[in-house]
Amino acid sequence: MMFLAFLSQTIRIAMPYLFASAGGVLSERSGLIGLGLEGYMLSGAFCAALGSYYSHSPWIGLAAGLAGGTVFAALYGLCSVRYKGDQVVVGVAINLLAVGITRFFLRFAFGSSSNSPRVPGFSVAETGSGLLALAHDPMIWMGALAMPVVGWVLYRTPFGLRVRAVGEHPGAALSVGIPVARVRWLAVLLSGAIAGMGGAYLALDQHQFTDQMTAGRGFIALAAIIFGRWDPPRVGLACLLFAAAETFQIRLQGASAVPAQFVEMIPYVLTIVALAGVVGRAVPPAALGKTDE
Amino acid sequence: MTAPDGTTPPTPDGAPPLAVSLRGIDMSFGPVRANRGASLDVARGEIHALVGENGAGKSTLMRVLSGMYAPDAGTMTVNGRDVTGWSTAQAIDAGVGMVHQHFMLVPTLTVAENVVLGREITAAGRLDRRGAERAVAELGERTGLVVAPGRLVSELSVGEAQRVEILKTLYRGARILILDEPTAVLSPPEVDELWRVLTHMRDTGDTIILITHKLDEVMAVSNTVTVMRRGATVGRVATRDTSPAELARLMVGRDVVLAGDAAAAPQHSIRAERRAALDVRELTVADARKTHAVDGVSFAVEPGEILGIAGVEGNGQTELVEALAGLREVSAGAVLLHGRDVTRQSVRARGDAGLSHIPEDRQLRGLVLDYSIADNLILGQQHRFSRRGAVDAAHVLENARRQIERFDIRPADPAAPARALSGGNQQKIVIAREMGRDFTVLLAAQPTRGVDVGAIEFIHAQLRNARAEGKAILLVSADLTEVLALSDRVAVMYGGRFAAVLPRAEATKEVLGAYMTGASGRAA
Repeated sequence: MMFLAFLSQTIRIAMPYLFASAGGVLSERSGLIGLGLEGYMLSGAFCAALGSYYSHSPWIGLAAGLAGGTVFAALYGLCSVRYKGDQVVVGVAINLLAVGITRFFLRFAFGSSSNSPRVPGFSVAETGSGLLALAHDPMIWMGALAMPVVGWVLYRTPFGLRVRAVGEHPGAALSVGIPVARVRWLAVLLSGAIAGMGGAYLALDQHQFTDQMTAGRGFIALAAIIFGRWDPPRVGLACLLFAAAETFQIRLQGASAVPAQFVEMIPYVLTIVALAGVVGRAVPPAALGKTDE
Repeated sequence: MTAPDGTTPPTPDGAPPLAVSLRGIDMSFGPVRANRGASLDVARGEIHALVGENGAGKSTLMRVLSGMYAPDAGTMTVNGRDVTGWSTAQAIDAGVGMVHQHFMLVPTLTVAENVVLGREITAAGRLDRRGAERAVAELGERTGLVVAPGRLVSELSVGEAQRVEILKTLYRGARILILDEPTAVLSPPEVDELWRVLTHMRDTGDTIILITHKLDEVMAVSNTVTVMRRGATVGRVATRDTSPAELARLMVGRDVVLAGDAAAAPQHSIRAERRAALDVRELTVADARKTHAVDGVSFAVEPGEILGIAGVEGNGQTELVEALAGLREVSAGAVLLHGRDVTRQSVRARGDAGLSHIPEDRQLRGLVLDYSIADNLILGQQHRFSRRGAVDAAHVLENARRQIERFDIRPADPAAPARALSGGNQQKIVIAREMGRDFTVLLAAQPTRGVDVGAIEFIHAQLRNARAEGKAILLVSADLTEVLALSDRVAVMYGGRFAAVLPRAEATKEVLGAYMTGASGRAA
C-alpha cells in the first residue's frame, strides 16, 4: 500500500515534467533552447484555469492551456527564429513576461492577486491517491504518451529527421532544400503546445490557478532533458527519477533529518553530474542556441 | 546575348545548348562586392574548371547558381531556361547539385539518412529506413561511390564523407554537379578515385563544374577553364589550349612563380648551428577515444631546415602539432626546444622560448574573427604590448601598421574586423603574427590551406626566407606539392607514426603516396 501510494504520487508529480520535457526535447533537438518552458507552462496553467472556469469544462480548459503555451512559444519563436535574438535572453524574458502577464490577468479576471476561484478539473476522486483514481484522469494518459509520441516523431518520421538535421547542422539542411526556419517554427510551436498541456495539468489537477504556480518546474524539465541526453526514453526516465526524489522528500517531511532543501536540489545536482560527464558524455545538439547565424 | 529563338544563348563555338549560362552576375554582402558582372558558360557533358584566387568570387557565383543566394543583378539560364534567382529547392529539382567545400553532412545521422534528407522515402507517412539504405547501396554500385549506408557519418573518413556528398546530389537527380575544392582533403589515391568517378559521370552525359586552386588538377581533368579575378570573369579557355603559367597569370593578373617549378626547389642554406632546434622524443598523444593519435614519434628539426610532414589527414598530424604547440596533453615522451624540456610548459612559455605556431584552422585557432586586425596581430603576445597591466594601444597600432605593410594585408586598416577579410588575408594575419616576431622554431600546419595562388607564393617565400635566416620549420601539409616544394626532408605520417622519413631527393609523389596509404611498410 505504501508503495502504491508512493507510485501514484510520483506519477502525479512527474506529469508536468513529462509534458514540459517532451515539448522541450522537440524544441531543443531543432536547435532552440527550451529555456521558455517555464513560461509556456505558466501561461498554459492560467489559460487552462480561465477556460475551465468560464466553460465549466476541463476539456475546454485543456485546449485553452494548450493555446496559452503555444502563444508564448510563438513569441519565443518570433524573437529567436524570426529576429534571431539571443535565445537565453529571449527565454529569460519570456519567463518573466509570463509571471507578469498571468498575475495581471489573474487580478483582471478574478480580482485576486494570489489565486483563481475553484475551477472544474478532470479527477474523479479529488483527494484519492490510489492508482485507480489516476486512471480516470485522461491527462495522466496524455502525459504518459507525450514522450513516446515525441520520440516516435523524432526517430520515425520525415519531420523528425528534419528536426534532428536542423538542430545538428542547419547549413546541411538548408543545402538540401529544407526550410530550416519553418522546421524550427513548427518544433517550437509544438513544444509550447505540449508544455502548455503540462501547465494545464497543474491547474486542473489543483482545481485552481495560483500565482507562479509552476514554481521552477520548467527548469526541472530542462534539467531532465539534459540528464536524459536529449533522448526521449532517457528524458522520460529522468522525469520519473526527479519526481520520485520529490515524492520521497514530501513523504519524509518532518520525519527526516535531511532538510527538504537538499532533496529539492537533487535534480539540479544530477544535472550537473550528467553535464560533467559522469554517466557518459552529454552532447547537446550541435546547433543548440545558435539560430543567430 | 541570346540566340534567335530568344531562350538559348549560343556557345562560343556553336555547340549544343549550354548546360549553364550566367551573365552579368552582381552579388554583394553589405559593402563587399563578391561578384561584379561575373559570367560563366558551361557546355553539356564537360568538366568545367572554375579557377581564381581566394576571394575571387568563385564560391559565391556557384552558390548563386545553386540557389543559395539570389543575385543582385544578372541573368541565369540552365539548359536554356531562365532560372534567375531560384531557390535551392528549385535548383535541386532542375538537377543542379553542389558539393560544398565544407561538407554539408549531419554527423549524428547515418549515411542513408543524410542522403535522403529532404527527400525522404516514406511508407505510410513513416520513414522507410530500409528503403533508403537500399536506394543508397544501389546508387553506390551504379556510380562506384561505395559507402556502407547504415554507418554514422561521424565515423567516416574524409574521402568517404565526400562520396556521401556526391551521392546526395545524385540521389536528387543531379545532372549538373558543382564541386567546391573537392580534393583539398583527399589523399592521392582518393583523388584518382574521384577523377575516375567524375570522368565516368561526364562520359555518361553529366556536366561537372569544378572549383579549384590546383592548376595541375585543372590540366588533368577539365575540358574548359573559366578564370575569375576580383569578382569578375577574366577568361574562358579550352584546357588543351592553355598552360598552368597562363592560368596563374590570368588569376593573379601578373606572372607568378609556381610551387614545384625548378627555380623554387629547396636550396640548402647556411646552417650556423648543428644542434637540433626542435627535438621530439618518443612522443605519444592520446586522443578522445583513448587510443594513440600520435604513437611514439621521434624526430629533430635543425636550424635552417624545413621538415615536411605529408600524410592523409587524420593520421595524427593535428594531434602532433597541437602537442608540440602546448595545446594538447602529452601522455608520454618529451619535447625539447634548443635542448630545454618544454613538454609540460604552457603555450606562452613555449612562445617565449622561441616557438611560433601557424595553426591548421585559422578560424578556429588562429584568429578571433570579431577582433580587429590589430588585436589579432597581438593575440598571445599581449604581455609584450602592455604597460603597467594595461594594453598599450599606441604600441598595438604601430605594430599593426608595420605588419600590415610588411605582409601586405588587405584591407590595410588596422581596425577592420578579421571576419571581413578574405581567407588569404586572414591567413596573412596569422603568418604576420607568428613570423613577424622573434622566433627560432616554427610549426606551420596547413599554412596555405584555402588560400589563393598569390598568397601561396607569398607564404612560401616567407617560409624560405625564414629557413635562410636559420629558423627550424616543421611543415605539415595535406598538399603534397607544397611539401615537396619546400621541404629538405619529408616524413610521412600514417596511423600515428612516421611511416618513412626521406631526404627530398628520394621523395616523389609516387613513393610518398604509397606510404600515405600504408601500402608501403613502416620504416625509420
